[in-house]
Amino acid sequence: MHLRLPLVVDIAGAKVVAALSRLAGAGGGTTVPGKLLCKLDPGAIDRLAAALPAGAAVVSATNGKTTTTAIAAEILRGRARLAHNRAGSNLLSGVASTLLTSRGAELGLFEVDEAALPEVVRRVRPRAISLGNLFRDQLDRYGELELVADRWRRAVAALPAATRIVVNADDPQVGDLAHGRETASTFGLDDPRLARSGLQHAADSKYCVRCGTPYDYAAAYVGHLGDYRCPACGHARPKLDVAARAIELDGLDRVVFDFVTADGSRRVDLGLPGLYNVYNALAAGTLAQALGASLDEIAAGLGRFTAAFGRFERIPVGSKGLLLLLIKNPAGANEVVRTLVEGGAPRLAVVALNDGIADGRDVSWIWDVDFEPLFEGLERLVVSGDRATELALRAKYAGFDTQAIEVVPDLARAVDRGLELTPEGGELVVLPTYTAMLGLQRLVTQRGLVRPYWERAA
Amino acid sequence: MTTIRVAHLYPDYLNIYADRGNMAVLRRRAEWRGHELEITGLGMADSIVAGAHDLFYIGGGQDREQLLVAADLSSKAEPLIAAVEEGCALLAVCGGYQLLGRRYRGFHGEEMPGVGLLPLETVAGEGRLIGNVLLECEVEPGLRRTLAGFENHAGRTLLDPRARPLGRVVCGYGNDGESGWEGCRLKGAVGTYLHGPLLPRNPWLADWLLARALAHRSGGEPTALEPLLDELEAGAHAVSAGRAQAGGGAAAVRRWPRRARPAGS
Ligand SMILES: [Zn+2]
Repeated sequence: MHLRLPLVVDIAGAKVVAALSRLAGAGGGTTVPGKLLCKLDPGAIDRLAAALPAGAAVVSATNGKTTTTAIAAEILRGRARLAHNRAGSNLLSGVASTLLTSRGAELGLFEVDEAALPEVVRRVRPRAISLGNLFRDQLDRYGELELVADRWRRAVAALPAATRIVVNADDPQVGDLAHGRETASTFGLDDPRLARSGLQHAADSKYCVRCGTPYDYAAAYVGHLGDYRCPACGHARPKLDVAARAIELDGLDRVVFDFVTADGSRRVDLGLPGLYNVYNALAAGTLAQALGASLDEIAAGLGRFTAAFGRFERIPVGSKGLLLLLIKNPAGANEVVRTLVEGGAPRLAVVALNDGIADGRDVSWIWDVDFEPLFEGLERLVVSGDRATELALRAKYAGFDTQAIEVVPDLARAVDRGLELTPEGGELVVLPTYTAMLGLQRLVTQRGLVRPYWERAA
Repeated sequence: MTTIRVAHLYPDYLNIYADRGNMAVLRRRAEWRGHELEITGLGMADSIVAGAHDLFYIGGGQDREQLLVAADLSSKAEPLIAAVEEGCALLAVCGGYQLLGRRYRGFHGEEMPGVGLLPLETVAGEGRLIGNVLLECEVEPGLRRTLAGFENHAGRTLLDPRARPLGRVVCGYGNDGESGWEGCRLKGAVGTYLHGPLLPRNPWLADWLLARALAHRSGGEPTALEPLLDELEAGAHAVSAGRAQAGGGAAAVRRWPRRARPAGS
């Protein structure tokens, strides 16, 4: 049934649904009205997006899209009233819901799932699009990396020439999307001091996009992201329009770097740890620049930013604290481990692995994560989630003493056990997969420690 | 103490589904029995030297990587077949399994030459076969075991009539989603679509391969290895098997085909 309803009716009806859904506790009602709208009037999204006076911008990546979008929102919120899908509902229905519930918004700012990108872009017709990275992720859900890359190539090729494209030049497949587009902006890291000694095990796009020869890396920063060149055909990282230089990693608290553009440079103090967050900051800053933000606005927004829930969040629990770091695929988890260890390796950790649809049904990816540097420092490991025993095996075959592994599948009990083992004044490190993180959100909300995310998003 | 010499083929190309998990299991379980695993990566330029290895491992890759190694692997057919002939153990998972057959036709019609070690052919079909799998295997006459894993493949693998499958699909798709069979066995060689990875939650198969490799090294017959405490492994196997039973596509219940019925090896 496809009715073309007057927009006013859609909006009133769908808002009621959102409110009802929120009352019923169905997770903030963040996608229900959008799903309803998509069913009742599939063309409504296009019309709602076209009605945004300042247009829309779209952000996608395997890793960091939620954080990148949140940083871009922090930079841009002074310039325009935003329609921003902050609750992480990043499929077409989530974008539709956000459009419905953001009356009076001027600029759309949407985090979009990498598989949903082609359709969202076709419908929303963004002014600018930021593409961060492609890592192997949930192969059971997304298919092989090449498949996603190919869909991105076709989606970008179909964009009008005026659409501003912002790409991570350090990712060979993503950087290549800027090829031949005059209005494209590229960003990347330019600080070989921080390069890894070699490509990590989980590095993905290490073969030339043109000829298949393995790239030579002058510097590899995160997974396969870095300064690459093909020894056979010469395909190399494109010139950087925006670069991060003189990067100072400061443990788990922050990272300071020079945000360098053709218009000048600013020293940025970002309240997030790790090189992967430098990439997120560059993606957000370059996108904001493409949308007209000044260098001062960008630097100020980056300086003000604080993390999105669970990506890197500290929650006080009495005299102790929780430090939550989301893990969801090898490249992302490697950076979390690297950041943790460089910030002072913890002696106790709770790692929670679920295999829900949003986590990926296939849990084999945990074997491709370099957990070893974390395990080396741990005296005790609490494994949790529906596939807790799988994590226990991951640790056991890494050589971790099985006597020091506790298998506690129930998330609440695992966190309680972790807190019990945490000394007074200490912080418990918790690494959850996506649905385990949602479980933790419910847990801390029930216990009154933080407000629900949809209230904070309002 | 025996040093078991393992050749890991194309570790840079074929490593998509946690293949190093399988390697870690082989290494530790050998070490816990007082043996040592010496793993050599064999890439494009390296040749297989007769008698130099006791166990071969070939992992899975994305289509692109598979295409990059296919011709090189098929050029190694002769020494690889000879190695299995003279008693080496071999485990090939997913992409590696496909390339051990006579041919593999990829999703876009790419023809890839196979090694011709296993009596089978693979053609990519519409739609991928994805999910948890549970197999029932009769690895030696009367020795019945189950394998729990995860499959994700476009290839439909058809065994020759006389070929011996690795196991009967209890839940999941298996070789082609229709035949009710999964994988292929030939002497000490095992090919399968199951990753997950396969060996951590199915340690009996790791031990079976290690016993074969040890026998090849010492020149005797394979003997059972001393048992280990596998509580965590059993727990993970139970969860994985439960997932397959709850959600795997239930293949038709079949008997072992008469010709493929295990009868020695
Ligand atoms: Zn090249």
